Amino acid sequence: MGPDLLAVRDVSVSFSTESGTAFVLDEVSLTLRRGEIMGLVGESGCGKTTLARTILGALPPNARVRGTAVMFEDRDLLTIDPGEAADEIRGRAITFVPQDPYSAFNPLFTVGDQIFELLRWKSPDRQPLEAGYSRARRQTDRDRALTLLRLVQLPDPERLLKKYPHELSGGQRQRLMIAMALLPEPRLVIADEPTTALDVTIQAQILMLLRKLAVERRVSVLLTTHDLGTAWEICDRVTVMYAGQAMETAPIDAFFHAPALPYTQLLLDSLPSGEAPLRGIPGDVPNLVAAPAGCRFHPRCPRATQICGAARPLSTQPRPGHWVRCHHGLLR
Amino acid sequence: MKRLLRDRSALFGLVIIVVLVLCAIFAGVLAPFPQDVTTYHLPRRLLGPNAVNYFGTDRMGADIFSRLLFGARLTILIAVIATSAAVLIGVPIGLVAGYYNNRFSDLLMRVSDVFLAVPQIVLAIAIAQTLGPAIQNVILALSITYWPFWARLVYAETRSVRNEVFIEAAVALGASPLRVMVLHVLPSIASSVIVRTTIGLGGTILVAAALGFLGLGPPPPTPEWGRMVAESREFLPQAWWYAAAPGLAILLVVMGFNLLGDGLRDALDPRLSRGNDGP
Amino acid sequence: MGALSSRTVEVMSPLLELQDVHTHFPLRDAWGRRTGWLRAVDGVSISVARGEVLGIVGESGCGKTTIGKTIAGIHRPSAGNILFDGHDISRLSPREGRVFRRGLQYCYQDPGASLDPHWRIGRSLAEPLVIHARLSAAERQIRVQNILAAVGLPEGHLSLYPHEISGGQQRRVGLARILMVQPGLVVLDEPTSGLDVSVQAIVLRLFLDLRERFGLTYLFISHDLAVVRLMAQRIAVMYLGRVVELGATEQIFTAPRHPYTQSLLASVPVAGGRRVSTDFVLEGEPPNPANKPTGCAFRTRCKRAEARCAEEEPLLRRLAGGLQVACHFAN
Repeated sequence: MGPDLLAVRDVSVSFSTESGTAFVLDEVSLTLRRGEIMGLVGESGCGKTTLARTILGALPPNARVRGTAVMFEDRDLLTIDPGEAADEIRGRAITFVPQDPYSAFNPLFTVGDQIFELLRWKSPDRQPLEAGYSRARRQTDRDRALTLLRLVQLPDPERLLKKYPHELSGGQRQRLMIAMALLPEPRLVIADEPTTALDVTIQAQILMLLRKLAVERRVSVLLTTHDLGTAWEICDRVTVMYAGQAMETAPIDAFFHAPALPYTQLLLDSLPSGEAPLRGIPGDVPNLVAAPAGCRFHPRCPRATQICGAARPLSTQPRPGHWVRCHHGLLR
Repeated sequence: MKRLLRDRSALFGLVIIVVLVLCAIFAGVLAPFPQDVTTYHLPRRLLGPNAVNYFGTDRMGADIFSRLLFGARLTILIAVIATSAAVLIGVPIGLVAGYYNNRFSDLLMRVSDVFLAVPQIVLAIAIAQTLGPAIQNVILALSITYWPFWARLVYAETRSVRNEVFIEAAVALGASPLRVMVLHVLPSIASSVIVRTTIGLGGTILVAAALGFLGLGPPPPTPEWGRMVAESREFLPQAWWYAAAPGLAILLVVMGFNLLGDGLRDALDPRLSRGNDGP
Repeated sequence: MGALSSRTVEVMSPLLELQDVHTHFPLRDAWGRRTGWLRAVDGVSISVARGEVLGIVGESGCGKTTIGKTIAGIHRPSAGNILFDGHDISRLSPREGRVFRRGLQYCYQDPGASLDPHWRIGRSLAEPLVIHARLSAAERQIRVQNILAAVGLPEGHLSLYPHEISGGQQRRVGLARILMVQPGLVVLDEPTSGLDVSVQAIVLRLFLDLRERFGLTYLFISHDLAVVRLMAQRIAVMYLGRVVELGATEQIFTAPRHPYTQSLLASVPVAGGRRVSTDFVLEGEPPNPANKPTGCAFRTRCKRAEARCAEEEPLLRRLAGGLQVACHFAN
């Protein structure tokens, strides 16, 4: 793996709501290397989607972001000029694959129209807009579009360009979404629950495709999911979040077979499998307006002691490449 | 409730209505010349606003302020009865039509469409004209022309609520259609009906005033506001107070109901949210 | 058998029996004319024994939700019979059906959504009794309190509105409501879909617990194979409206015979175990249920398809060992 592509350092995000301020992310730190696929896993309310949007710069107006930095390559996304961010970063260096491929498309325009529009604004050749839309340019764009459609194994690409989004199936739309995310030749693709809405047989195909393309093009992927099986399939490293706090980051094998965090172990134990008796995690996810102090999981943690509610644990590295924030980690 | 009180324009509307009701109830006490509802003093006719007659006197010398206060009773009476009748007719029709969604519902809605196709005022005029000028005829005319608004609203709302999971669940549980309609659908659409009724009260007052203005309302000397405006016409623009006072009263009251209705709409919508699983 | 469903299955006449049930929906064009049929359920014959948990699995468009709703009476079958406790309930009028359907309840994917948001919980819970039973208010109150305790909720909840309790608690209330009429069979339609895995485990435990306590029979419809493996004793695999494989849970999971079942099982990720994406085989997409292929519905994606598959629809045949498979090549 290469050097760090993305380094999120101590980022906190809060939303002002009717019932108070919700602290949706609490001092989250994360690093992503060039060419790696990182899974961001967690249950509802853990903040994984908010983190993805923070990196993308796509938070709603009532959000307040504080933090040390969000370093993308050599720029700090927290302090970057908004114009530069819109032009260079969003949709170009960093692209997004949303969870619901249907609503991401404009139902009134054909697939081809939408791809060509994307290429006008975010083409990797960076043609100036004033240069006009010449025939030659249209041909290059068309070739580029067809190549990419074939790459994501969409059948009959020429016909596809003339179709409307609602004429495609969910799996096809998601492939298209991936193709469009790769068109501007990004360095980072953020995929938000990309296979949640799909059937399991299609899911397998899409995950395979995503991994293959990411490896081939040396594109880093930040994949958010609540399904541990999905993360297991294609991720190199996994970070688990709970109630806005990033709690453990580990290489994939270590995460699933020797986690350091009690919460991770409890999650793995909850997975339905033939052997272990069904255990869940009693209690409810906390309300982020009045979240517990210290480690937010401590009210439900079987290993919690006084210190867990008093102070947030610092990040430690029990094994190389394996980080955890816990006072009572499972690994010594 | 709290949200409503925070809304300043709605609060203003509420205040107006409360004042209206109080005026109506205590007209006898508040009016300096309660007898002026029927008596007249020709020597004092068409006096401008002064210390004795706050809003001046009309062509018969009667104190306009006192007549306004008594007119408030009439206004409320007409508004409440006519609107209630319209609601009592329109809501059940809309409910049944929306719940069943078959040819019978179509029939009901077409009937209400027929009524809606004619401008309400024109229809009200026609009815009042046929029946003659009297307060009960005004009320009747208003009820007949107004019920389709509620029917249409309730029909649309019922149709959308009909597909909600909890309605389907109640049906699956074995609840009879009547039970579902009255105990489940109606409470769910209640807020829309309340908003519409509030605004409808204002609308009724306006149409009633229009009918009175045209001479189709209760006959003189009843202090109906619309009629008062009509009477003032020949004395304008000198006796401006004669038209301004009842006109302003009508304006304020209708506005009050509208503001309150808007405020209620904002307060009652979004409705109860379900669950707090978190984001 | 399902790893945790240890109750022995009683050998009597089946509680629920489907005989060649079809549920077809008309497809209409913009002018309302019928252009064809959506054959959501296209000839299903299965039976559910008293006390067992039968799982129905399949992907979107396979008809599992439609069959659940047809059994529950929300849809009317276009053909075939549904026998509940020996009575044919397929074509009853709503009023007649109400009596027989007391014993057959349908649980929505989100049982909390089945609660009227304007009603207090206590009133919602008592409603089934008000409709079906002749009890005094005091007797109803006792039953409500018992059920509430059975699903693990405090008595104080009776005076709350649904939006005042958490989603998980709403779910329990919804379940409790179904149990008020003491049903025999409960159709569970995607009961854990969308749930966090830690919550899912608790909900499944609750289902098993209630089954023990009230002697319930479940029809467990889900697309999540891992969950069904845990809960069901027998499984029916559906594809485009038909049952393609039927048998004991462990048999199906360890040695499936139908090509679709094999692909389906191969596509499920196993966290910490073998990876699917390295050698997954099934390609293409399920065909449009409005436009089913002739013969075997799976032949367009099947590696072993031959001419015979397009001409002749394979019927469910029992193999040695107990599995029933609808494929020309399984033996």
